[in-house]
Amino acid sequence: MIPFTYARAGDAADAVRLGGATDAKYLGGGTNLVDLLRETIERPAALVDVTGLSSAIEERENGGLLIGAAARNTAVAEHRFVRTRYPVLSRAILAGGSAQIRNMATVGGNILQRTRCPYFYDADGFRCNKRNPGQGCDARDGFNRTHAILGASSACVAVHPSDMCVALAALDADVHLRGAAGTRTVPLTELHRLPGDHPEIETVLEPGELITTVELPAPPPKTRSLYRKVRDRASYAFALVSVAAVLGVEDGRVTDVRLALGGVAPKPWRARTAENALTGGPATTQAFRAAAEAELADAIPLRDNGFKVELAKRTITAVLGELAGGQA
Amino acid sequence: MAGNAASIRINGTAVEPPDDPRVSLLDLLRERLELHGTKKGCDQGACGACTVLVDGERIVSCLALAVQYTGRDVVTIEGLAGEHGLHPLQQAFIEHDGFQCGYCTPGQICSAVGMAAELERGVPSYATGDLSTRKIAPSHDELRERMSGNLCRCGAHNGIVAAITETYAKEDR
Repeated sequence: MIPFTYARAGDAADAVRLGGATDAKYLGGGTNLVDLLRETIERPAALVDVTGLSSAIEERENGGLLIGAAARNTAVAEHRFVRTRYPVLSRAILAGGSAQIRNMATVGGNILQRTRCPYFYDADGFRCNKRNPGQGCDARDGFNRTHAILGASSACVAVHPSDMCVALAALDADVHLRGAAGTRTVPLTELHRLPGDHPEIETVLEPGELITTVELPAPPPKTRSLYRKVRDRASYAFALVSVAAVLGVEDGRVTDVRLALGGVAPKPWRARTAENALTGGPATTQAFRAAAEAELADAIPLRDNGFKVELAKRTITAVLGELAGGQA
Repeated sequence: MAGNAASIRINGTAVEPPDDPRVSLLDLLRERLELHGTKKGCDQGACGACTVLVDGERIVSCLALAVQYTGRDVVTIEGLAGEHGLHPLQQAFIEHDGFQCGYCTPGQICSAVGMAAELERGVPSYATGDLSTRKIAPSHDELRERMSGNLCRCGAHNGIVAAITETYAKEDR
């Protein structure tokens, strides 16, 4: 690590003031940032500890939920409203990291965690446009079994590693931000950018802007939800493919469907093509498979990750089938 | 009782945080306080050998900057045994061969103590079927899932699960 200063923010205004300094970074639980500091991939001059800001989880009058960005992952997963009304979110969080990591990691930090692409991490051995803009990408023609099949660019094929964000994308979560210019709200699905020519710019956050709260709308009525993660070992591994789904079925027809994918794209991937294909149509295995085919039609596999295309289709079909079956 | 907010309580003793904010809680324990029970395995949060308890919750101390833990209560493997001998889980690890080389053991034991508190509190896991229940039976699958953040290269996992089961789950079996 290169030297940095450390300050603990007392409240959000304090944090934004401190975070406005040149080369300052916000520090949550540290489960990703401390590792990146040690590898000198992150080189901030100042760390602003925001773990003392709001971690409250509060029900809103409209039936939604407000989650303070400093809430630990475990606290969200075990919260009574989350586990009963947004089970897809509990399950996604519990699929991520280990129990120790979940006890440390904050909601804000989970959203802003960086890719686990091994070429991004290997600063001494390989080129990476995310780490050194303009340098080139050694993952594109390298060992890319875990990399993106959707939304990637010639500059970057890394995937966003979060499980929690996949559920938040399916649940239409909003992210409340605070910066020097004031506050604003961005849908989670629009917070992360696709890499294009600038994979080093990963979100729409302005410099010094802080995630203060995540807001969930009221759970869609008469739906069930599920998170399924496919990975190389049974626990404590990043997703090869994951699916977060919310599904409502009445009289054999899809009344409501929200679908998001993890492990396949540079951002939590909301599968709107599949949703559009399904809404109002029959809730059958054939329809689920056809919607999955439509969503993956634009997939561009790399040398080693072609299996993800079929894996994603099968996982989508299986998850929707399970949700529909349980409702019949 | 030196419970001042600027110090870190470690196994009951108030410790000044390091001046350099780069020092991890793990390095504070091992290099500055000579508490060598907590082990450095991967130093990147993947192996769990450095697991300690903070206010009763398990964390990996390698990814924790020590300065973030002022005002908190840290317990390491050295702080688990009581006046009358080993913690029951430590004794159970011996009886069930919950280790061979022993390197992961302090982390495994601290992790399991934290895990037991989570189970008691009703925290679900990825292996939990019904999320609405707060009475989760500590089955083999639950324990394996909940302990997946602690690796054992010797392969003593069966002994580890047996020791945890005897200590925390016996009456439920």
